[in-house]
Amino acid sequence: MSILVGKDTKLVVQGVTGREGQFHTLRNKAYGTNVVAGVTPGKAGQDVEGIPVFNTVRDAVEATGANTSMIFVPPRFATDAIYESLDAGIDLTIAITEGIPAHDMMRVYTHLQRSDQRLLGPNCPGAISPGEATVGIMPTDVFTPGRVGIISRSGTLTYQISKEIGDLGIGQSTVVGIGGDPIVGSSFIDVLTMFEADPDTDLVVMVGEIGGDEEERAGEFIAANMKTPVVGYIAGFQAPPGKQMGHAGAIITGSSGTAQGKKDALEALGVRVGTNPTEVAEIVADTLK
Amino acid sequence: MDLFEYQGKQLFAKYGLAVPSGEVADTPEQAKAAAEAIGGTVVVKAQVQVGGRGKAGGIKLAKDPDEAYAEADNILGMDIKGHVVKRLWIEAASDIKKEYYASVTFDRSAKKPLVMLSAMGGMDIEAVAEEHPEALARLHVDPLVGFQPHHGRWLVYHAGIDEPAQKGVLDALTKAYEAFIGLEATLIEINPLIWTADDRVVALDAKVSIDNNALYRHPDLAELQESVTDDEQERMAHERGVTYVKLDGDVGIMGNGAGIVMSSLDVVALAGGKPANFLDAGGGSNAEAVATALEVLLSDPKVKSLMINIFGGITRCDEVAEGLLAALDKLGATLPIVVRLDGTAAEAGRAIIAERAPANVVVEPTMLSAAQRAVELAKEAS
Repeated sequence: MSILVGKDTKLVVQGVTGREGQFHTLRNKAYGTNVVAGVTPGKAGQDVEGIPVFNTVRDAVEATGANTSMIFVPPRFATDAIYESLDAGIDLTIAITEGIPAHDMMRVYTHLQRSDQRLLGPNCPGAISPGEATVGIMPTDVFTPGRVGIISRSGTLTYQISKEIGDLGIGQSTVVGIGGDPIVGSSFIDVLTMFEADPDTDLVVMVGEIGGDEEERAGEFIAANMKTPVVGYIAGFQAPPGKQMGHAGAIITGSSGTAQGKKDALEALGVRVGTNPTEVAEIVADTLK
Repeated sequence: MDLFEYQGKQLFAKYGLAVPSGEVADTPEQAKAAAEAIGGTVVVKAQVQVGGRGKAGGIKLAKDPDEAYAEADNILGMDIKGHVVKRLWIEAASDIKKEYYASVTFDRSAKKPLVMLSAMGGMDIEAVAEEHPEALARLHVDPLVGFQPHHGRWLVYHAGIDEPAQKGVLDALTKAYEAFIGLEATLIEINPLIWTADDRVVALDAKVSIDNNALYRHPDLAELQESVTDDEQERMAHERGVTYVKLDGDVGIMGNGAGIVMSSLDVVALAGGKPANFLDAGGGSNAEAVATALEVLLSDPKVKSLMINIFGGITRCDEVAEGLLAALDKLGATLPIVVRLDGTAAEAGRAIIAERAPANVVVEPTMLSAAQRAVELAKEAS
């Protein structure tokens, strides 16, 4: 089994006819994801290598029963695309787009709290359940089916850690990128909750970075609510305060959000934290023994 | 993007938030002319983005234009905690009855705007929050509802604002929130917000940060970006669309993806070295992107060695290797470069470098070994 994406996923892609959208949609489909529709306003009736294109998400849902949406539209149209997906009743919206303004996300997040629908991202690489389905931009070769769940704010670092774990013969149940923006739809805690309930996940790796307090809050959640062991990693010990380190959300504000602070908080709550990706893989192997 | 005080005040004025009348000056002559235009006693204020300007001698009163000239001459060029003063803000001196604190911040944790007000202004607000938490009134606002008058009243009463100033503070809060929304700010901080001898409420300082992701909707603010970046490499990187942050070490670092670059900096530090920068060349690190990134890295004279850390996903390592060779050909760099390639087409990429790269380029198999090698080479070179 897996979480978020898998055999039951019926995917609609918003922005399917764009260059990046089309490229990744076809990659997702080639991996085995059930891609049922695409949406580009004004292009209804066309198809992308057999995937039917609709004008609106609602039209796509009515015609195909899509339950998951992936958003590939540029930042200035992405907020509208998220609302459109939510209004069409999509259960899981995955926003790949980087660069959505923070004020838009404050409103989206507040709106989202009023429903049971779920948003992953924005500014995330998506999610993959190896051997079942992938939704997003992750390089699928890095992953193998297995029983370790991974949650991360960063894309490439996730691939790095997955590969290091894979080199030790350990595969993944689901790998989830929650996104590098200051406000994202699903937090570490939201995804940890799902992994804790998944009978096929034996251990979770949580890959955090500087900025905000999501890692610290996740630590408290782990200590209070999780039986599944969690191994942590935090990036950004060398980051100076007040500077954005690539991700909009990777910024130390005053004295809060430092890597050391997060590592200390997690360790104080009993979560083992690796100092580099190789050590994280070693701790994972050691814990699973 | 963090703005200077004078930029913040000019924006406040647009939102109807009272600020002392003032002018920008880049020379003592301009400071004198500004003091003449404003009239009376003025304050000469260094425009640097660092706290403790006053204590460092960067804020001075001047009774007449000649004094303004002398103070400006003294403050311009001053080094305040590593920030050299290039610009001054000359403003009318205020007759202060009391100093308050007001702010609207983007609270990441609550994912909502947070409005704060205190009657204990003019000092470090983190210290106030620590020592007198009851003196700091805090209220989250639902972003879909917005700031309502009753929010303002609650804050004014709970912060213990003096009765004659309440109406003015309420008005200032409302306008500060309008500015927060209108500018798509992540921070609007007024410390102090003053109650004057003639019972007005005026913003005496302005700390404004704007969300970079929203700048496309605010071309007028985007223009300010040039003036707030004072590091040469950071400016060059910004112009070329490279994500770069300057640090003070000697091992230059480049990778594809924010997370892996942050991790690379940490691994270099663990190996006993000091990273010179953060540089994310992006997901699709093609030849051109690699060349641009290298150009930015090499323009920093402190860099003694480079670590290039690529995890190929959608990006193919053989394409990155080709890009690197083309860039080196063009730029002719001679300093030691350690390359680590992993992921998609990593072996092909390593082979390309082993066969065709100049002797100063070496390949290491892992992130850890690459960091160690880059640190050793930087030490040998210095």
